[in-house]
Amino acid sequence: MSDTHAHDAHADHGDHGHGDHASHGTRGSYIKGFFLSVILTAIPFWIVMTDAFKDPSTAALVVMVFAVAQIVVHMIYFLHMSGKSEGGWTMMALIFTIILVVITLSGSIWVMYHMNTNMMPMQAAADM
Amino acid sequence: MSAIPMKDGLNETKPVSFYDLDEHEHPDGGSTMLGFWMYLMSDCLIFAVLFAAYAVLGNSYAGGPSPKEIFELPLVAVNTAMLLFSSITYGFAMLSMEEGRQRIMQMWLVFTGLFGLAFLSIEMYEFATLIHEGAGPTRSAFLSSFFTLVGTHGLHVTMGLIWLVTLMVQVQKHGLIAANKRRLMCLSMFWHFLDVIWIGVFTFVYLMGTLR
Repeated sequence: MSDTHAHDAHADHGDHGHGDHASHGTRGSYIKGFFLSVILTAIPFWIVMTDAFKDPSTAALVVMVFAVAQIVVHMIYFLHMSGKSEGGWTMMALIFTIILVVITLSGSIWVMYHMNTNMMPMQAAADM
Repeated sequence: MSAIPMKDGLNETKPVSFYDLDEHEHPDGGSTMLGFWMYLMSDCLIFAVLFAAYAVLGNSYAGGPSPKEIFELPLVAVNTAMLLFSSITYGFAMLSMEEGRQRIMQMWLVFTGLFGLAFLSIEMYEFATLIHEGAGPTRSAFLSSFFTLVGTHGLHVTMGLIWLVTLMVQVQKHGLIAANKRRLMCLSMFWHFLDVIWIGVFTFVYLMGTLR
């Protein structure tokens, strides 16, 4: 990365050197991320395969929490996300994407659930 | 335009400019990583739409098999492990790249490719078994959306593997030049991103499908 810093020093205006400042993590951080991922993968598989919870909806909720935790681990340890990379723009893009994903998913499920509920008489007729 | 009040001193010395006339420095490929991140985010939206389609259609079996009957969780667990291993080997490849050890980096990339290939083979085997059992994509809306979502992820992994082999040839020919390092960093983001998508797939499709 030393040549990048040399570039920055060259930039006459000081504030506008667009060097690449991507961080790469260390061997330790990769191994830490890997073990966290293994644990966060193994537990939900174990929950589902052994029916650890009596109530399926509780199990689903727990499994979802593990998935979110693992996604965060991957983002930090493998994709090296931080509020500072690329001057905060990667984080901005990520937040914007998450908002769109939440709208798409919750909107689709909500609308289609209500449509299915209201179409129930038709469904019942079709089943007969 | 002249009606806009100007500070006298400023107006006399030089014409008012509304944009930056002095080009600031843009090192070659300086914005590639951010641009590639933007691509990944748009790719994320493709998957969001496919996940939404699966969430809506996942209960429509049309009298066909349900997720519980056709999903083999041990196989999915092995598949998940393959992708996770390929992520850590790619991480080690990136560390070797930073240290400038080309041969060791290439070795880690070979391991990454092999794990990726194992993942794809297991997925192909799963798809072939399902189609053979009569649970193909045309059977029900649930299976259509399942094959579309998981197949799109598999297609991404296939593209990643082709990209990986291409880059290994590039590095062999031209060495670890700045351009190759940049490309390897893009593929690194792509590969780890696919692993993140897979977390969503095994959680929402396989685990929660089996719970239903």
